[in-house]
Amino acid sequence: MVLLRVEVAAVTRYLLSRVGQAALVLWAAFTAGYLLLQLLPGDAILIKFQNPELGLSPGQIAEIRSYYAPGSPFLDYLRTLTGFLHGSFGYSIDTGTPVVERLGEALPETARLASAAFLLALVIAVVIAFAGSHSRTSWIRGALLSVPSLLVAVPAFWLGILLIQVFSFRLRLMPVIGGSELQQLVLPVLTLAVPVSAPIAQVLASSIDEVSTQPFVPVVAAKGASRWWILWRHVARNAVLPTMTVAGLTFGELVAGSVVTETVFGRNGIGRLTEQAVNAQDTPVLLAVVVLAAGAFVLVNLVVDLLFPVLDPRLRAAS
Amino acid sequence: MRRPKARGGPASRGRGVRRPKARGGPVLAWAVIAVTLLWALVPGLFTGHDPLAGVPAEKLQPPDWHHPFGTDAVGRDLFARVVHGSVHSLSGALVAVAVGLLAGTLLGLLAGSAGGVLDEAVMRVVDVLLSVPGLLLALTVIVLLGPGTVNAAVAVGVGSVAAFARLSRAEVVRVRRTEYVEAAFGSGGGFAAVLWRHVLPNSLGPVIALAALQFGVAILALSTLSFLGYGAEPPTPEWGLLISEGRNYLATSWWLTTLPGAVVVAVVLAAGRISRSVGRENGREGA
Amino acid sequence: MSLLEVRDLAVSYDGRRAVEGVSFTVEPGEVVAVVGESGSGKSTTAHAIIGLLPGNAAVESGRVLLGDADLATWSQRRLRTVRGARVGLVPQDPSTSLDPVKTVGAQIGEVLRLHGRRDRREVRARVLDLLARVGLPDPETRARQYPHELSGGMRQRVLIAIAIALGPSLIIADEPTSALDATVQRRILDLLDDLRAESGTAVLLVTHDLGVAAGRSDHLVVMKDGGIVEQGRTSEVLAAPRAEYTRRLLADAPALSARPFRDPPAADEPAVVVRDLVREFRVGRRPFRAVDGVSFEVARGTTHALVGESGSGKTTTARTVVRFARPTSGTVTVTGAPDGRGFRRHVQLVHQNPYGSLDPRQTVGEIVEEPLRNFGAGDRATRRARVADLVERVALPEDVLTRRPRELSGGQRQRVAIARALAAGPELLVLDEAVSALDVTVQAQILDLLDGLQRELGLTYLFISHDLAVVRQISHTVSVMNEGRIVETGTTRQVFTDPRHPYTRELLAAIPEPVR
Repeated sequence: MVLLRVEVAAVTRYLLSRVGQAALVLWAAFTAGYLLLQLLPGDAILIKFQNPELGLSPGQIAEIRSYYAPGSPFLDYLRTLTGFLHGSFGYSIDTGTPVVERLGEALPETARLASAAFLLALVIAVVIAFAGSHSRTSWIRGALLSVPSLLVAVPAFWLGILLIQVFSFRLRLMPVIGGSELQQLVLPVLTLAVPVSAPIAQVLASSIDEVSTQPFVPVVAAKGASRWWILWRHVARNAVLPTMTVAGLTFGELVAGSVVTETVFGRNGIGRLTEQAVNAQDTPVLLAVVVLAAGAFVLVNLVVDLLFPVLDPRLRAAS
Repeated sequence: MRRPKARGGPASRGRGVRRPKARGGPVLAWAVIAVTLLWALVPGLFTGHDPLAGVPAEKLQPPDWHHPFGTDAVGRDLFARVVHGSVHSLSGALVAVAVGLLAGTLLGLLAGSAGGVLDEAVMRVVDVLLSVPGLLLALTVIVLLGPGTVNAAVAVGVGSVAAFARLSRAEVVRVRRTEYVEAAFGSGGGFAAVLWRHVLPNSLGPVIALAALQFGVAILALSTLSFLGYGAEPPTPEWGLLISEGRNYLATSWWLTTLPGAVVVAVVLAAGRISRSVGRENGREGA
Repeated sequence: MSLLEVRDLAVSYDGRRAVEGVSFTVEPGEVVAVVGESGSGKSTTAHAIIGLLPGNAAVESGRVLLGDADLATWSQRRLRTVRGARVGLVPQDPSTSLDPVKTVGAQIGEVLRLHGRRDRREVRARVLDLLARVGLPDPETRARQYPHELSGGMRQRVLIAIAIALGPSLIIADEPTSALDATVQRRILDLLDDLRAESGTAVLLVTHDLGVAAGRSDHLVVMKDGGIVEQGRTSEVLAAPRAEYTRRLLADAPALSARPFRDPPAADEPAVVVRDLVREFRVGRRPFRAVDGVSFEVARGTTHALVGESGSGKTTTARTVVRFARPTSGTVTVTGAPDGRGFRRHVQLVHQNPYGSLDPRQTVGEIVEEPLRNFGAGDRATRRARVADLVERVALPEDVLTRRPRELSGGQRQRVAIARALAAGPELLVLDEAVSALDVTVQAQILDLLDGLQRELGLTYLFISHDLAVVRQISHTVSVMNEGRIVETGTTRQVFTDPRHPYTRELLAAIPEPVR
């Protein structure tokens, strides 16, 4: 009983320190992004309002500027930070609408695309790694296991274009414009899934390989287990851990990939929003996207970290 | 006592035998890199066509003997554009790798060899860098510096600093814990001497493997940035830009996007292959 | 009819012969020991019997008759019906031989489920029964635990439970105790003996340790370089070995050759004085005392052994003496050693693992030269000459100078490590399990080398070891350590012939027979 209480206290402490660390990283990401984007030599307000057709005087431009960034730089930083903490990301310089609104419009689209792509990537990775590792014919094995390094080398935008070319123009299986929601999702999801699946497949395959050389594997074989039994019940269980770490890290790949995919397929999402923000030097939007992405990344990897002790009993004692 | 399964024993003997396949090294991969390098250095050897001036009468021709990669909308030879474009992609990737390798490895070495508070601080900075997806980081740098080939390369390099820093730190920490480093201190070596003679040479191998890998990754990232319009300016025959320009003729001229893309894939694949062989070579050294 | 008959077996790795012309039989209920040094093919032979060879290995020819079935011709699918059911395997290293993410109970139950016992309750009851049978207290708790929560000896018991679960007629025990402490080793071997007596299971015992084989087997098979050198009834082979190699093994095995004790010379001034040494580590919140009030002295020019099992604090003590660790309290005085860097000239450490203590990127010449460079000993040419001299002194051929560690054998590497230690011109050498990773014949050579160096150079040794037989052979005085304390100190003769402390007696009892 006493022991249990000690354990609970230890687990709570571990959780708190991990969450604290994550919060620290996020705050640092926000601050760094804020400082960098403040340093901007280009001036988004000038870009937008100096157009002579608008007929604004320098005085009026200064007024607009003070509307976007009043007071001292430090106060502005604090204001922006508290804004972020309350879920208000300021106003887009480009369109004048609240950044939250623009994010809100774009987010569901990207979330759908990214989650579908991530699931597909997992399926591709698991199939390649398991089929390759289980195969006893050496050339099939070699061929399957070299697929991931090929997939890593394919530029996502090129893959998207190639898919459009083959499926839309040659085979006419997918409409270029129009078509149902689902039809519109197939090619982008595939485009995004491929680069994400490659690193996961690589790590899963090499972990399977490494676990297979461990001494407990022949011991299981000596019990009379088949290759598939060993692979599925023992090797896979052990190989999942390093794979999870990498799966968490590919989240960044997923975000970068959606920028490219949305551009290629003309979908409106976070990626498209980012592109527009960069073109217009719309710093509030860009800062919000960066912090959002960093937040999601930190959260995903926090979950992975916290899952580790659940899957590996050895880490329960350590944490 | 602890006889950790006699290493010369039969179970490991098989693994110690070099497989004849691995022996030749990645000849094909080196050949691909060598050819691309030659394209960059002496493009005239490979093509007589002008990459910038087109022959309007020969526009949008599919690949044939005269134009191996076909021609584009203004009648420029695509192969010539790919050959002349290699210098942009290769030099950009070199700059990117140099930025990542130098900054990242220095940070990692500092953290790994100093330890303590400094280590903690550096690694938190690396965590922050790592938490922002590479492309977003690159885009932020580009917003800051403005578009262009060099800026794009620097932007991509900044994105790889975290990876280099983490790896080199991990390696330094690993090597520092080995018995041969302890033995070197035991032989009367000072901190700097041991670091220079033992820790550095034994931890750099994987870092070099990562550099080779990042070379490929940088070519991918650079072409992505160009594709999005933040890298080279038209009419520079940069590879990503070539693919981007070909998009307008998707329905009719497949070669404009497919062939430059295939070249990118080949080069990136070769870099990855070389990276793996460097890594394996290194693993054997260390074993 | 024999239970198992291996006839003219040949196994290759990547086309290279590793085992050739191996024939022997195992009768029901008999213990057959296969003895050999690393690379002799003993493990390969054992694994070939149940078709568990690594992917690059193949049985080239020969027959493996279990009853009247030739297993060598069976497919993997058919072999699965034999493995675990008729032939059980007890593997070498208990620390890595269990799946780390599954409970002990699940791993014992697995062998039952694999061979058709599906009923959950029945499997569970059988698992608890097996755990009790291999002498693990509180089976209910054990079954729920994970491997990392058990000690090495307990894990090996779990592995034995797996091997005997289905009452096989043969157990293949591949170095079942070589990774365990001597006292644990004896209990595990006793357990195997008891189980055999109860159920009449035959045991094929693969071991590098002639002492273990001598004490536990009915029939002895001696292997070298993939072939059988000699075989026969164990008592006959030991009494009158026919092969030259067997004779050498017998002579070199420290446990089997009762050499005279080395009595310490008349009392000289001490070279090392350790007083009330305490070393604490923090594990989580509470401090853990690895070394708890240790005191001893070593006379100049003699060898003092610190002997104990894993976790006894002997290595921590050694590291404190060479100043790789600071004492929490207490003192270590090395007579005549200056402070600072000069200390390293005076005191040198030789690590256990010659694979790990040499920089893989340096040549042997560079390795041995390093202390000379660090201490600024002469110019290039004089350093070269000194390195050549040192290499010759440790009886290595001159051509090793340009080679790298991985091109050398284990014994050669340890010689290089000793040469490097000597380069500094030390007076005290601390040897941390310096011969434990080596085969007995190589071990004997290194011990001879150390003995010779001590006589020539007047060196003082602090010799850390778990192996009483080796300690008996090399040391003048001994301290026996247990749980961070010294339980007994004396001359080697005293401690071995008239042990006072019960723990010392237990340790001595664990040495395989013929000694004492």
